[in-house]
Amino acid sequence: MPLHITGAADAALIELPWEIPLSAWPEEHIAALPRGLSRHVVRFVRHGDGVLAIKETNPEIAYKEFTILRELQRLDAPTVHPIAVVTGRRTPSGEDLSAALVTEHLAYSLPYRALFASAMRQRTLKRLVGALSVLLVRLHLLGFYWGDVSLSNALFRRDASEFSAYLVDAETGDLQARLTDGQRAYDLEIATTNITGELLDLQGSGDLDESVDPMDIGERLEKRYRELWSALTEVSTATSNVRMRVAERVRQLNDLGFDLGEIDMEQTEDGTAIAIRPKVVDAGFHQRRLMRLTGLDVQENQARRLLNDLDEFRAWNDDPAMDEANAAHDWLTRMFEPTVRAVPRGLRGKLEPAQVYHEVLEHRWYLAESAGHDVPMPVATASYVKHVLPKKADEKAVLGRSIAEMTAELPALTEEHGDTFALPDPYANDNTHAWGGVPEPEDEEPPTVERRSLRPVTAPTLPTAPSAH
Amino acid sequence: MATVTYDKASRIYPGTERAAVDKLDLQIADGEFLVLVGPSGCGKSTSLRMLAGLEDIDAGSIWVGDREVTHVQPKDRDIAMVFQSYALYPHMTVADNMGFALKIAKVDKAEIRQRVEAAAKILDLTEYLDRKPKALSGGQRQRVAMGRAIVRQPQVFLMDEPLSNLDAKLRVQTRTQIAALQRRLGTTTVYVTHDQVEALTMGDRIAVLKDGVLQQVGTPRDMYDAPANVFVAGFIGSPAMNIGTFRVEGDKAQIGSGKIALQREALSHLKAEDKNSVVLGFRPESLDRVAPNSEGAIPVQVDVVEELGSDAFVYGEVPQDSADAKDIHFNAGDSQMILRIDPRDVPKKGDTVWVKIREGEQHVFSAATGERISAEVKSDSRKV
Repeated sequence: MPLHITGAADAALIELPWEIPLSAWPEEHIAALPRGLSRHVVRFVRHGDGVLAIKETNPEIAYKEFTILRELQRLDAPTVHPIAVVTGRRTPSGEDLSAALVTEHLAYSLPYRALFASAMRQRTLKRLVGALSVLLVRLHLLGFYWGDVSLSNALFRRDASEFSAYLVDAETGDLQARLTDGQRAYDLEIATTNITGELLDLQGSGDLDESVDPMDIGERLEKRYRELWSALTEVSTATSNVRMRVAERVRQLNDLGFDLGEIDMEQTEDGTAIAIRPKVVDAGFHQRRLMRLTGLDVQENQARRLLNDLDEFRAWNDDPAMDEANAAHDWLTRMFEPTVRAVPRGLRGKLEPAQVYHEVLEHRWYLAESAGHDVPMPVATASYVKHVLPKKADEKAVLGRSIAEMTAELPALTEEHGDTFALPDPYANDNTHAWGGVPEPEDEEPPTVERRSLRPVTAPTLPTAPSAH
Repeated sequence: MATVTYDKASRIYPGTERAAVDKLDLQIADGEFLVLVGPSGCGKSTSLRMLAGLEDIDAGSIWVGDREVTHVQPKDRDIAMVFQSYALYPHMTVADNMGFALKIAKVDKAEIRQRVEAAAKILDLTEYLDRKPKALSGGQRQRVAMGRAIVRQPQVFLMDEPLSNLDAKLRVQTRTQIAALQRRLGTTTVYVTHDQVEALTMGDRIAVLKDGVLQQVGTPRDMYDAPANVFVAGFIGSPAMNIGTFRVEGDKAQIGSGKIALQREALSHLKAEDKNSVVLGFRPESLDRVAPNSEGAIPVQVDVVEELGSDAFVYGEVPQDSADAKDIHFNAGDSQMILRIDPRDVPKKGDTVWVKIREGEQHVFSAATGERISAEVKSDSRKV
């Protein structure tokens, strides 16, 4: 079977070295990104302006996951974006290679382990779990059964003072018209077990304080999930003032960041009450409102924060002639854009623009508090850019491991191995042999890399045999 | 440990007419390894998930032992789905990796240790309990992952295509390990696969499903020797059975220029709606080479000879001048036939060989219903 790429219209994909096992891809392609725990060989690869996540797996699984991710993307679910499936890979010597699933690396996203670089605070941890519970509710509402919920299988993006979680690994999942209670319960059970395991592991490596109880955090997910699920789906009954009760329900959902698309109202059997059941709920209430007003595409809590600021801006510049849309335009050009533009180019990889704006607002509040009076936005921005932002880590494409470490297992780079890339250890980086997948052991120290030459290695020319006359 | 009973259990997905699983009746014995097998979309995974509590049961009931679990939540069913994807945590010891889930279930510490040790003994991991997964070989890591399910001491293990992630070689190794482990543990196990070879090699019994309907359940030998209908006959066995529809004349089926005497029992079951036809099946190893034009012989023109050392298979065509040739088929294409022959005497491509179905080795099915109407093929009548 010849090389076959199904997916995005991106001709440059064909130029990647598909004829080499992913674990041996040359350094020039590899972006140094942290890898979570994975049961497959996964690499982050530079491609054009962005970064791709490439996972080796078998073709059926790759196609299935690709299809599910495509469908989830269509449903506007928070997931990574699928790019392509590559099959029919073969080495120059004719050996078949695994199929590969290509997804786009989510800019400014963080694997949970990257957030443990300095010992994690309990509050951050609770926010991560909160974000994961929102993600799980959203996926379940869409009919997606995950099958392997864990911190490792999600990515996190800063979202004002919270986090938003994104689905990364849909391999074990299934998309259905509607999930059964059993499926939801089982997903929660898996989530609790996996999160507890992941936190116990972090404690084992000394990255999580012993005072945190992993069991508590694991249970917290289930609690948050159930609260949100019942708020979104519960049937409420009203005996009087139905209009107000419906409006109340809508407001409650809006506060949680959801929109009520459709509602079912039905008289109860005895005819004395009306049962109100939300039928279609969509996430992203504030997100959509901000998008409509300003064209800014940001995450839910960021949107909430920006909308608050916009409302405040409107109240201050009280012009009765100005409608909401005009006010939003004014706010965008006079507040948001100047603030974001004040970030020097060199610091723009630190945080997303909306997150910068959120942080400037926070910073402004602290400045005002210590000064005892209001601080204008330009002053707060200048102070933030000078004192706060430079100390932040670059999060556009998180660099968690050194290039040396990432490429330590690339024997093709050393001359002594010549141009063959036979893997010395069949299990190196390969968890697929285990139907209990195995995470890669993470060494404390990056291994030493011996690299004698970086110039391309040419195949050794065989000495010509002396002609035997 | 317990029995599992599906009592006319059905699953009908919302918005669909046809049941994904239709009135499944199945009794699984205590300690049995039962394999659910069938092509994609046959309802095997749905059946498994009904038992796990992941699919609603729209009609009928499911029992574990003498307890009805039809409407019980997954975690209260005392069943463990054995995951194809358990993560092992690198900074936790093997013992903690195996036992931490019990902590969540609030199992007492001493009890956890005792269960972990018991599981480690079965899995040959005792001396590694205090090490980290890094120190283990690939196979040992796999066993630790199994250990996570074993320490829960469930009544039933469920496995849904656990080998689908593996390459061909590891698949063969791992399936042997799983089967051996299940026999040591003696825990009732329901295993789903689309691969009939996997089913034959692993299961105590096999249940074949198609379109949500149970076709047949029996030991691997039953399935091979007495497939209940045409579907099972074609599905089980590798290479697949040769199957074709033929006219019956008198007590013989007409295959091309050859006439094959049908079993008397099969003939007695022929009905009007069969319109004087039968479906006749014969396995590749049920054919003997005979002299050309001898009675009951079928000519086969050789396309490919596949030599496997111990065996050789001929893939060939029944020549076009034989009237019913188009009705003979096997998996690889129409009007093809496959036969096993003596590897020391192989014909060449283009040769014609004459073969005859060995006495008592024909599988006869009703042309109208596809149901079996002949007696079981006795394994011991088969010779190499």
